[in-house]
Amino acid sequence: MIQFDNVNKRYPGGYEALSGVSFHLKAGEMAFLTGHSGAGKSSLLKLIACIERASRGNVLIDGQNLRRLKNRHIPALRRKIGVVFQNHNLLYDRTVYDNVALPLIIAGYHQSEVGRRVRAALDKVGLLGKERVMPITLSGGEQQRVGIARAVVNRPPLLLADEPTGNLDPELSREIMGLFEQFNQVGVSVLIATHDHDLISRLDHRLLTLKQGKLERDGWTSEMQERKRAFNNESD
Amino acid sequence: MSPYTSWFWRFMKRSSNKNADMEKRPRSAKPRGRVNAYFTHHLWVLVSSLGVLWRTPMATLMTASVIGIALALPAGLHVLLQNVQQLSTGWEGTAQMSLFLKPGVSEKRIQTLAKKLRGWEGVAEVRYISREQALAEFRELSGFGGALDSLDENPLPAVLVLRPTTEAAEPAQMALLLGKVQKLQSVDLAQLDMEWVRRLSSIIELGKRGVMLLAGLLGMAILLMVGNTIRLTILSRSQEIIVTKLIGATNAFIRRPFLYTGLWYGLMGAILAWILVASLLGLLSAPVSRLSFLYNSQFSLGGLDLETVLVLLGSGLILGLLGSWLAVGKHLQAIEPT
Repeated sequence: MIQFDNVNKRYPGGYEALSGVSFHLKAGEMAFLTGHSGAGKSSLLKLIACIERASRGNVLIDGQNLRRLKNRHIPALRRKIGVVFQNHNLLYDRTVYDNVALPLIIAGYHQSEVGRRVRAALDKVGLLGKERVMPITLSGGEQQRVGIARAVVNRPPLLLADEPTGNLDPELSREIMGLFEQFNQVGVSVLIATHDHDLISRLDHRLLTLKQGKLERDGWTSEMQERKRAFNNESD
Repeated sequence: MSPYTSWFWRFMKRSSNKNADMEKRPRSAKPRGRVNAYFTHHLWVLVSSLGVLWRTPMATLMTASVIGIALALPAGLHVLLQNVQQLSTGWEGTAQMSLFLKPGVSEKRIQTLAKKLRGWEGVAEVRYISREQALAEFRELSGFGGALDSLDENPLPAVLVLRPTTEAAEPAQMALLLGKVQKLQSVDLAQLDMEWVRRLSSIIELGKRGVMLLAGLLGMAILLMVGNTIRLTILSRSQEIIVTKLIGATNAFIRRPFLYTGLWYGLMGAILAWILVASLLGLLSAPVSRLSFLYNSQFSLGGLDLETVLVLLGSGLILGLLGSWLAVGKHLQAIEPT
C-alpha cells in the first residue's frame, strides 16, 4: 500500500528532513511511526498525501508512483487516503453532519447515499446523536472522533493519522486506538504517527522509528516493550 | 449494536476486498446517479452561497449597492437618451418644408398649386403666405421695417409652407418629397427646416457613445470591486480551502462557491440598479408630464424597456462571474496545504 524506496526530502535552505528512508507497508497492515519531534514524521506523512514531493527516491501509494503524479490527479490520490489530524481540522462553520459528509460530497455521491454513510460512520465513532451539533460545542475527544468519522466515511483503503491522541487523556487515547484497530481488522491499511510510547507499547503492531531523518528501526512494538523491561531490570 | 454499525462493517469489509484493484474498480461500483448528483451539487452550492451572503446582510447589501450604483448610472443615462430621441422623433413630425415661389406667379396659379399639393401623398397641410403677409411678418419680427420702407417694391417672395404627415416625416422620405417639389415650375427654392433635428440626433449619437464609454469604465470598476471582495472572502476562508484540498477536493470544487458568490453579487447589483433607475424615472415622470402638457405635447417619460432590463441583468451576472473568476484564478492557486 505504501512503499518508500531510498527517499530523501530536502527543504529549500538545505535542511534534510528525510534521508534514505525505505520501507513497505502492505495492504491491510497497521503500523506506528515514532520518533522525536523533528525526526521527520510529519514530512513522511506529507510525502504520502502528496502535500510535499520527495527530493530523491520513489514513493509508491497503491502501486502509483507519486513522482509521476500530475498535480491535477492529486485530489484522486487524496480520496484514497483518510487523514486524521492532531488539531482535528474540522470546519467550525458547519454541523458535524456536514463535516463528515464533505468527502462524499467532494466525490459526488448521491444525497441519499451520503445520509446513509454519514450516519453509519458517526454511529461507529459513537456520535450518532450529534449530527446537528456544531463541532465547537464538542469536547476534544468528540471532535477527534468526528475527524475519524470524516476520514473513514469515504471507505479509503489507507488511513493516516498524525498524532491523533496528542491532546487526549490516556482513557480517550486507548478508545481512539481501539477504533483504528477495528478499521484495520476489516482490511484498511493504517499508519499512525505518534510519540505516545506508553500507549503503543500495550499494542502489538509494526513500529517504524525515525531518528534525524533516518529510519532507525523497523520492528514491532513488543520489542520496545522488551527493551523497556530490560532497561528497568538493569536499573534495579 | 445499532443497525447502522452492522451495516457499516459489512460495507467496510466489502470495500477492503477491492483494495488490491482499486485502480481497476468497475464502473458499476461508482456512486449511483453521478450526473444527477453533479447538478444537485451545483444547485446546492448556488443556494448555499446565497445563504452565506444572507447571513451578513449589511456587508452584502453594501457590496451589491456599489455594483448597483455603478450599473444604474449608464442604465439611467441610456433611458434618458432614449427619451430624448423619442421626443425628437416627435419633433421631426413637425418638420416643415418651405417652398419659395418665383416672382410673378399669379395668385390663381398659387392657389391651384396649393390644392394640387394638398392632394399629394405624405402631405398633411399646406399653408400659403402671400408676399404682403410675408412683408408684414418680417416687418414685425425682424425690426428692419425702416430698411424695407426705403425699397421701391416688396422683395419677399410668396411662400407655401408644407407640413408632412407623421409617416412621411422620416429624413429619407422628406428628401424624396423635396426633390419632387423642386421640379415644380413655379418653385424657385425649396428648403427643409430640419437641420436642427439632424444636429440633435447626432448629439444624441455622441451621447450614446459617451454612455457606452462610461459603461465600459464602470464595468471595469465592477470587475475590480467584485474581484477584491472575493479575494478577501478567499483569504478569510483559507483554512477551509486547505482542509478541503487535503480531503481530495478538486480545484473546480473549491472554486464553485466563490464563482456563485460573484454571480449573486452581480445579480443583486443589477436588480438594485433596476430599482434605482425605475424609481428615478418614477420621480421624474410627473414633472415631465406637467412640462410637456404646458407645451401642448402628448410626450410622457418612457420607462425601462424589456431589452434594457435584460441587458442590465445580463451584464450584472457576467461582470460578477468574471470578477470572481479573475480573483479565484489568481488567489486559489496560492493556497496549498503545507
